[in-house]
Amino acid sequence: MSARLAPGLIAVLTFGLAFLYLPIFVLIAYSFNASALVTVWGGFSAAWYGKLLHNPQVLDAALLSLEVGMAAATSAVVLGTLAAVALVRIRRFRFRLLLTGMVHAPLVVPEIITGITLLLLFVSMAQMFGWPKHRDFLSLVLAHISFCMAYVTITVVPRLASADRALEEAAMDLGAGPLRAFMEITLPIIAPALISGWLLSFTLSLDDLVISSFVAGPGSSTLPMVIYSKVKLGVSPDMNALASLIIVLVGGGVVCAGWLMIRAELQRMRDRQLSEQG
Amino acid sequence: MTTQYWPARAAPFLRRRVYWLLILPPLLFLCVFFLIPFAFAFKISFADSTIAIPPFTKLFSVTPDGHYALTVTLDNYRYLVTDDVYLLSYIFSLRTAFCSTLICLLLGYPMAYGIARAPRSTQTILLLLIILPFWTSFLLRVYALQGIISEHGLLNNLLLWLGLIHTPLRIMHTTLAVYIGIVYSYLPFMILPLYATLEKLDVTLLEAAADLGTPPWRPFLEITLPLSLPGVIAGSMLVFIPAIGEFVIPSLLGGPDSLMIGRVLWDEFFANHNWPVASAVATAFLVLLVGPIALYQHYQMKDQAPS
Repeated sequence: MSARLAPGLIAVLTFGLAFLYLPIFVLIAYSFNASALVTVWGGFSAAWYGKLLHNPQVLDAALLSLEVGMAAATSAVVLGTLAAVALVRIRRFRFRLLLTGMVHAPLVVPEIITGITLLLLFVSMAQMFGWPKHRDFLSLVLAHISFCMAYVTITVVPRLASADRALEEAAMDLGAGPLRAFMEITLPIIAPALISGWLLSFTLSLDDLVISSFVAGPGSSTLPMVIYSKVKLGVSPDMNALASLIIVLVGGGVVCAGWLMIRAELQRMRDRQLSEQG
Repeated sequence: MTTQYWPARAAPFLRRRVYWLLILPPLLFLCVFFLIPFAFAFKISFADSTIAIPPFTKLFSVTPDGHYALTVTLDNYRYLVTDDVYLLSYIFSLRTAFCSTLICLLLGYPMAYGIARAPRSTQTILLLLIILPFWTSFLLRVYALQGIISEHGLLNNLLLWLGLIHTPLRIMHTTLAVYIGIVYSYLPFMILPLYATLEKLDVTLLEAAADLGTPPWRPFLEITLPLSLPGVIAGSMLVFIPAIGEFVIPSLLGGPDSLMIGRVLWDEFFANHNWPVASAVATAFLVLLVGPIALYQHYQMKDQAPS
């Protein structure tokens, strides 16, 4: 691998990265603009951030989004991991093809179609069984689980497939039950995949506009729904502040989590090398 | 998306009945909240729309004399064929997704190639920079793009200041803005699989060809490009698939003529309240576009699995 890149490649890389990051930096810069006119720089001010704290619509929506995100991500990790364990550890079972298909399909089906079909499901169920009466928190969580699960399963499957089965079998030879062997041996090994699956689900849920718009009833608006309806009318300075806040918080959180995970992984590799040498 | 895994030896400790404790929860959940909803959409696509809550007629009913009656209409599908807007939006969606995938490839390939050829330590940083936008909000990134391409955005201000143009360019609310939006949003999806294949390429093959005194573009066209084809296909699928059903980008950046199928569906549902026609559009979309893509991926996965 040559150490020096051709100037043309460096130029394309610089352009591409600038294209990816410039809009975000510009957005953050303008969120500190004192002027209410988005395009005119009126001096530095954090006033728009203060305004957000007094906007009950935004605060309610943010709270709902966080609650839905936590509930959906946690349930998706449980269900997605169960599916991954079934697919990796059980060679043959009835409905295997069906489960494989349904785990991968949400990645191919456009959100708007998932949204419409889920709304029709909830409406038809309400017609037939009288449930759910209102489309609110629960319908949002159920809808979000259904698209987050796929991401958890495809994150966990490779990790589980590469996990050393001998460790689990050794634990069982020493008298541990299958459940205990799984909880104490396999679960710690696949934990990084579970954490990334949870984080991925949480950010996807927090970001979802299309599916939420269909399955949320009147009165339960998530944060992306509020942002979309405001942004549809044009660029607005308080939305710049809100968007910057979310990007910095989520981006920072992801970078920290990633850094911690890489560090833990490196530590484990070093420990293993040491134990092999010792 | 091409996750490969091999079923390990059947677990000796898991007896058949215990299996189902594992399998049933995800299987039932996905059946109820993923598969069955499609059946409802299919059913409602044969109903009539009425002004009621919910706004469609029942297919099964009991007549006054105690017989069961089935009322099915094909009008919604006939409507799809006769009203131009649906056909045009299908074609427009296909064309937009195809062109933006191509632009993504033209921009993403040299970027992935550059990353794969960079020194190891730089590679990690560059990759992190490519992955990070994937974790930040998609909706907010599309919104952020407005600050660059709008009439008084950064791009126009810069070009005016440089004296290259005298009146601001109209990019926002045009089809060009939709292209820019899709490329901006999905570029990381193109770069990552391309990088994965390019990074594995055997450079000695290239060097051997270069040693034989060929001009530098020949080994690229004859060796690197064909060998990186799996990455090209994987990246293109990852961009094309979400692009074709895109709603947010044409809605926020596109003009009134950027009629992508996602937008038509949204309007049919929320503006026209015509749920049966929306169901028919969704069913047709699924059968005509998503079905073939899913089948293609299924067979591609099967082809790759034994290797």
